[in-house]
Amino acid sequence: MTYIAKPKLHHKAIAVNALGFTHRDYEGRISTLCAGCGHDSISAALIQACFELSIEPHRVAKLSGIGCSSKTPDYFLGQSHGFNSVHGRMPSVLTGANLANRDLIYLGVSGDGDSASIGLGQFAHCLRRGVNMVYICENNGVYGLTKGQFSATADKGSRSKTAVNSDSPIDLVSMALVLGASFVARSFSGDKKQLVPLLKAAIAHRGSAILDVISPCIQFNNNPQSTKSYDYVRAHDEAVNAVDLIEPREEITVDYAPGTVEEVRQHDGSVIRLAKLHPDYDPHDRVAAISYLQERHRAGEIVTGLLYLDPEAKDLHDNLGTTAKAPLNQLGEKDLCPGSKTLEKINARYR
Amino acid sequence: MQPLAATNDFVVKFANINGSGSASANELFARCILRMGVPVASRNIFPSNIQGLPTWYEVRVSGEGWLGRRGGVDMMVAMNPQTWDKDMAEVEPGGYVVYDSTKPMPVSRFREDVTVLGVPLTLLSNTLEGTLPRERQLLKNIIYLGALSSLLDFDPAVVEGLIGNQFKGKDKLIALNMKAIKLGHDYAAEHLAGKCQLKVENADMVGDRIFIGGNDAAGLGAVYGGATVCAWYPITPSTSVAESFSKHCKALRVDPESGQNNFAIVQAEDEIAAIGMVIGAGWNGARSFTATSGPGISLMQEFFGLAYSAEIPAVIIDIQRGGPSTGMPTRTQQSDILSVAYASHGDTKHVMLFPEDPHESFEFAAQAFDLAERLQTPIFVMMDLDIGMNDWLCKPLHWDDSRKYDRGKIMTREMLEAGTEFGRYLDVDGDAVPFRTLPGVHPTKGAYFTRGSSHDAYARYSEEGSVYIDITQRLLRKFETAKTLVPAPVLRPAKAPTRWGAIYFGSSSVAMDEAMETLEEHGLHLDTLRVRAFPFADEVAEFVRAHDQVFVVEQNRDAQLQKLLITECGLEPSRFVSLLHYDGTPITARYITGMIAGRMATIRKDAAE
Ligand SMILES: Cc1ncc(C[n+]2csc(CCOP(=O)(O)OP(=O)(O)O)c2C)c(N)n1
Ligand code: SF4
Ligand SMILES: [Mg+2]
Repeated sequence: MTYIAKPKLHHKAIAVNALGFTHRDYEGRISTLCAGCGHDSISAALIQACFELSIEPHRVAKLSGIGCSSKTPDYFLGQSHGFNSVHGRMPSVLTGANLANRDLIYLGVSGDGDSASIGLGQFAHCLRRGVNMVYICENNGVYGLTKGQFSATADKGSRSKTAVNSDSPIDLVSMALVLGASFVARSFSGDKKQLVPLLKAAIAHRGSAILDVISPCIQFNNNPQSTKSYDYVRAHDEAVNAVDLIEPREEITVDYAPGTVEEVRQHDGSVIRLAKLHPDYDPHDRVAAISYLQERHRAGEIVTGLLYLDPEAKDLHDNLGTTAKAPLNQLGEKDLCPGSKTLEKINARYR
Repeated sequence: MQPLAATNDFVVKFANINGSGSASANELFARCILRMGVPVASRNIFPSNIQGLPTWYEVRVSGEGWLGRRGGVDMMVAMNPQTWDKDMAEVEPGGYVVYDSTKPMPVSRFREDVTVLGVPLTLLSNTLEGTLPRERQLLKNIIYLGALSSLLDFDPAVVEGLIGNQFKGKDKLIALNMKAIKLGHDYAAEHLAGKCQLKVENADMVGDRIFIGGNDAAGLGAVYGGATVCAWYPITPSTSVAESFSKHCKALRVDPESGQNNFAIVQAEDEIAAIGMVIGAGWNGARSFTATSGPGISLMQEFFGLAYSAEIPAVIIDIQRGGPSTGMPTRTQQSDILSVAYASHGDTKHVMLFPEDPHESFEFAAQAFDLAERLQTPIFVMMDLDIGMNDWLCKPLHWDDSRKYDRGKIMTREMLEAGTEFGRYLDVDGDAVPFRTLPGVHPTKGAYFTRGSSHDAYARYSEEGSVYIDITQRLLRKFETAKTLVPAPVLRPAKAPTRWGAIYFGSSSVAMDEAMETLEEHGLHLDTLRVRAFPFADEVAEFVRAHDQVFVVEQNRDAQLQKLLITECGLEPSRFVSLLHYDGTPITARYITGMIAGRMATIRKDAAE
């Protein structure tokens, strides 16, 4: 960690979006992370994605656990409410917040220690419940904030200053596929061109969207042996597709050669345009995706891109049949309190 | 030995096998007596098991209206051969045993001072034509109810009315059950006439009271209190709170136009997730709660600290059971007092409410949501298995339609728009309760960052010592505000001036009421104070200081409430006498009377010498 003040994340200053907002309106406080930390690039990508989608910042709620990664919600969308909760438990807090008000956009930010170690249970259960959210795991293979211990995504055989990791790594993307997440992607903090459109598509998705973003920790895990280092990811990144989100108000104009591009319409009317980089990869086949990931992992590759998408997914509110009239947090006595006459009748049943 | 003779004042205990379907017949038994206008107090005594192990159901019939356990058994309905000897031994001299005499017990296993009333239940049930073996097993319970209705002189119209209610709309079942009742009744009338001198006589002692379990009432209280989010994890004895909330929501909270739910219930993956969801929902402005018991309270500790420090409303209904660890999961205790009062790491203090019965469970559950939002902190409704899982005779539930929910200090879009200064942790009114905003409130004003880490009045991260002290001191002042909002203690002065006092809380109430009357009859006078909440009102310390000796009646080993009184009110330990009962059964009036009378006698003797 460094205590040298750093400038606010820098962006093209003049551009204005549909709401008349500039990048600056999507920024947060000055980051206190190490210069060069992958997490800061993810914050920048989030700023970019929200700017491009012309999201009203106050309609977003940002929630996180504990870790360097979980600090980042303070560094983007300063006009959004944020909640830095407890280690490994962001998913439950986000689930509760979402139950209270289904109308906001929920960004959950976590780290690999936060999600795969202490929080593996909550990671799993929020995905299987279909909580409508964008869950971003900023994956560096170590505990940054507690100074470099192995996390549960650390490679078997990787070394720290004092130890060798003998435990098998957890692949969050494979787990998310098994658990029923309806939008599953992997990306790299150093590849903004890929990450920004993926974030946009994830935000437009209704259901549990999970992004495993490899995000090198320059302090503790950016060494040549690490598969979470800048150099390694650049050398072994195998993108299966390139994503483009076309919002409902945009016209679809470009024509592509048949078979090379797929367009998937989302609940909100937006279209995810998937340019196939790998001819055989089908992002609608959960089972095939799992085996493909395993196979490529064995070959030492890191598969990135939109790995799975179910545009028809149901979210937790659909499953619970919660009222769409107004968010639960806006209901008052009239809707909630059955009143004294009804209570009299209830009393009578207990006599 | 003269057989016991009593009218409207005796204890019947049913010894059954778990899973044999006896529960509903036993409850019918209790309701019959209630419908005859005679108060009863009923208690389930059951193991942590689904099938095959012994269970008991105890009914105290009390024309005088005493609702605590009396202790002792006048009539045992011994339906479980495995526990026969133990059950037999428990009967008072002169008492009665009712049993299935299809295969008669050897006389050696009877007691000479107990009247045995054999009814060939299995044989009788086999005469019910067209029934399956499983049905006959269930009907055996109804047959013994029929036999008891004859032995104890129940009003036949009441029995018939209740059976009709129970199986409303299922005429075939009504007929079958009435046939079973008649079988038992006629057998007893013919073969056992005049042998039992325990009787129930019509009276008018029940009034408009209802017979309801505390968990059921608390779940309904959450509906009335406006809870919309419930996240929970199953654990005895709290499970039926969430079940009750769900049941009442399905009946009362479905939007009539759309058919959609004005509530959300999530069975979480564990108690940590449950409280996390409750806190997330509370942060986002929904009234939310969880129900749990000791082990769940332990798991939720870290989150309690977050909610305390970040000042987030939450309601936790703790149905206490015997601990530590799995302890006695199906037995009652009041043993989470200290672990809840100071739950989580660091300096914390939490608000607790202590309902005395299901009526107050309903009331306090509803009120907890107002308190949580007004004080922006977790509120603990401290019940126990005895209140929660037993049906109690209590005042009908009450709701005042003019009552408005107190949503606490929420800064609205209009207020922000008008330029009102917003500091999330700023004490603007001097009551140490700040304003909060809800996510999404305003495009450019009112957003803040919530964290458990130390923060200043504007929610900015800070590890400055003075900033930390400001915030934590304000939290203490907020606890003073809480004192003025929680239910006040209830004082009952003795009939004569006295230097003795007694403090009690929660489910001990019913036993205390009776004990105090008995002691008074013996010329032993005590002022009593029923504590209904923590933080303690100033009257509590004043009460202690106004007496030389104060008994503190508690259902735990370590005198937890007494310790809290000593610590929080700065009272001298020597003023207190602990009166503790913690074997897992509900405290009885006999026990309290014995302990208090004994102690008062020793002191008086010492003083006289
Ligand atoms: C209950 C609990 N245990 C331990 C910690 C200490 N802790 C803080 S952050 C952290 C690990 C964070 O790792 P990761 O989620 O990967 O985030 P990173 O810093 O690598 O971004 C740990 C163990 C804590 N805050 N709370
Ligand atoms: S994750 Fe690593 S590089 Fe990033 S701030 Fe933490 S210690 Fe520094
Ligand atoms: Mg990490």
